[in-house]
Amino acid sequence: MESTLVSWWSGFWPGLFTALLTFLVFLLTTALLIWAERRIVGLMQDRLGPNRVGPLGVLQTLVDGAKMFFKEDFTPGMVERVLFTVAPMLAVVVSLMTVAVIPVGGEVTMFGQTFTLVTADLAVGVLWLLAMGSLHVYAVFLAGWSSQSPYPLMGAVRATAQMISYEIAQGLAVAAVILYTGSLRVSDIVAFQATDSGLFPGAPNWLFLPLFPAFAVFVVGMVAETQRPPFDLAEAEEELVAGFHTEYSGMRFGMFMLSEFMGVVIQSAIVVTLFFGGPNGPVFGPGWLQGLLPVVWFLAKTSVFIVFFVLLRGAEPRMRYDKLMNLGWKIMIPVALVWVVVQAAILEVDRQWDGWTDGRMPALVGLGIVLLALAVTPMLRRDPTERTEAARSVARDLGPRRLPEKDDPAVQADTTPDTGRGDAPHTPPGPEHDHEEVGV
Amino acid sequence: MTSLDIVFILVAVVTGGAAVMTVTSRNLVHAALFLGVTLAGIGATFLLLAADFVAMVQVVVYLGAITVLFLFGLMLTRAPIGRETLDSRNRPMAMVVSAALFGILVVLIVRAFGSNQFPATEPISSSVADLGMAIFSTWVFPFEVVSMMLLAALVGAVLLARRQSGDSGTETRVTPIREALDDSTEELDRAPAELGSGGER
Amino acid sequence: MLADYLPVLLLFVVAFGFVAASLGVSALVGPRRPNPSKLSAYECGNEPLAQVKGTRFSVKFYLVAMMFLIFDIETVFVYPWAITTADLGWFGFGQMALFLGLLGVAFVYEIGRGGLTWD
Repeated sequence: MESTLVSWWSGFWPGLFTALLTFLVFLLTTALLIWAERRIVGLMQDRLGPNRVGPLGVLQTLVDGAKMFFKEDFTPGMVERVLFTVAPMLAVVVSLMTVAVIPVGGEVTMFGQTFTLVTADLAVGVLWLLAMGSLHVYAVFLAGWSSQSPYPLMGAVRATAQMISYEIAQGLAVAAVILYTGSLRVSDIVAFQATDSGLFPGAPNWLFLPLFPAFAVFVVGMVAETQRPPFDLAEAEEELVAGFHTEYSGMRFGMFMLSEFMGVVIQSAIVVTLFFGGPNGPVFGPGWLQGLLPVVWFLAKTSVFIVFFVLLRGAEPRMRYDKLMNLGWKIMIPVALVWVVVQAAILEVDRQWDGWTDGRMPALVGLGIVLLALAVTPMLRRDPTERTEAARSVARDLGPRRLPEKDDPAVQADTTPDTGRGDAPHTPPGPEHDHEEVGV
Repeated sequence: MTSLDIVFILVAVVTGGAAVMTVTSRNLVHAALFLGVTLAGIGATFLLLAADFVAMVQVVVYLGAITVLFLFGLMLTRAPIGRETLDSRNRPMAMVVSAALFGILVVLIVRAFGSNQFPATEPISSSVADLGMAIFSTWVFPFEVVSMMLLAALVGAVLLARRQSGDSGTETRVTPIREALDDSTEELDRAPAELGSGGER
Repeated sequence: MLADYLPVLLLFVVAFGFVAASLGVSALVGPRRPNPSKLSAYECGNEPLAQVKGTRFSVKFYLVAMMFLIFDIETVFVYPWAITTADLGWFGFGQMALFLGLLGVAFVYEIGRGGLTWD
């Protein structure tokens, strides 16, 4: 039995190193994300954003974080004191625990041992992600309930319902990944994507193509799961103040903010790991570069999704709650469910059919779906100048400052040339898009 | 005493303590949360037994879904979800019943397995693939029966949803405009639900 | 196998240490100036009126939790099947198709009855 203890100790230093590395990578990426988001959203809203501290204001988050230490962190009288403090701690700890199974790099040799840059390559790695996701629900719920105040409670119940709804869709999308790769182990899934897809020479076998519907469901799910705009109903300022963390202030509020932004980084990292080959990429050069390059690829791919999150926040207005739930239950879950069965059938046919497809069938089907989606999407697009009858009557009531009518040449001439978007005047970047700055 | 034993004892104490708190807590939400801790502890026990898939399932299903269901149930009813406490006069009775149940279970388990000794080796690791093979080749019938059970639960959910029309809470009687034209009772029953379903448009 | 979880434990220690240190330092250096407004529930500057006590939520939320439980169990069964289906062939596919099909029919029925329509 004591042999277990010995083997535990041999893994101690690599374990501590990877744990610290994972912690730092995700914390620093989160800090950068907060800065990048404020800059990009600033650009989109025709203002500057933070630009004073450090080059381009990149150190702003650091300074804001330091400032938060000196803010009063008061506890309102009616709250459940213990749970009120446990909830924000749980939020950050669970967020950080989620990333334990995500490889941030390839193999390195250190401390006389060769190991992969992942905290723990668990045999049930994918389920670990799901389990931590379901624990995150508790942080939100506890925060809302322990506040003993109406707005937080409503925000928490909304947020919880939203998170669990999209957890199913995400879980089923991940099931498609498992089905295709045949393993729950994250390192197997990453290694699988390093193989050649056979579509054309050198094409990596990244799963977003053969599993495109699952990928699409996962991406929608990850926005809902992080409760980011346009799915941030749980903290719809106009209705619920700040949602579940209304009663929070100071560092405990900061913890919720950190966990929210970290959620963006984590979900981006997960989607990169599952659908875009994780740290896979061309590796060359001397030893130290070979160890570093996968980390660079991983961070670069993750950044793409982080920027996607930010652009989405800047561009899209908030969805209505009923529409959000309907989207989750009536579109996302059925699509994911049907796709699991279709995917299994495709793989089964592919395995039995010794024809010319030669294992390329899933990728070909995926390619077909992508092309179909590209062809159909423009047809579904509504004319932005087309207004409903309700909007038209509002436009009439508004008088001179009316909304542009489709048949109104004057208005069309006014709006079309400079923005290229007929609906641009209706969706001004309202103050609701700036709420994060308030607390910082 | 190995390191594993120490971890196990810690987990067992926490799990047992949380279980006791679940039934003695006077606040319903606290009770539900202690239940969550208990279930998490059982998950940790599975992990110590090298059944990591079952451990994760324990967390995902029991902690992630069932306890959340309880919490939502508390939010839904007029159960006291604030800080007010509650108590039942049936406490002595409950103690007698649970003590009896505990005694019976202890006797049963000791008589059934008391003399069995499991070899004290390294925990045997079972892979998810083995588990899958077992479910989908040996235990096919029970697996399909599970789907029937879930089907029943879904139908129950349909009934639950159909019972209420419009919003929960005090039923607001919305007088349908068509009532003047056709005041059959069937129309009256159906109309509020239709008026309330504004989200569909 | 358990050795795999040691780094997870270490990560937990690191994460917990970070959180506890942040909150601890903040509690030490931060000011403490309570006043009645801060100590009462936030209701946009109004006198706090509403209480959590009688708050009830739409049955829809409970329904969502119930549906979540059902689909969670389903997902948990799909995972081991997804791993073994390569060995099981069409037999395994048929099993899961039947399983998901039964639930799918009920799901479609539920959607058809408006069980999942929010209002």
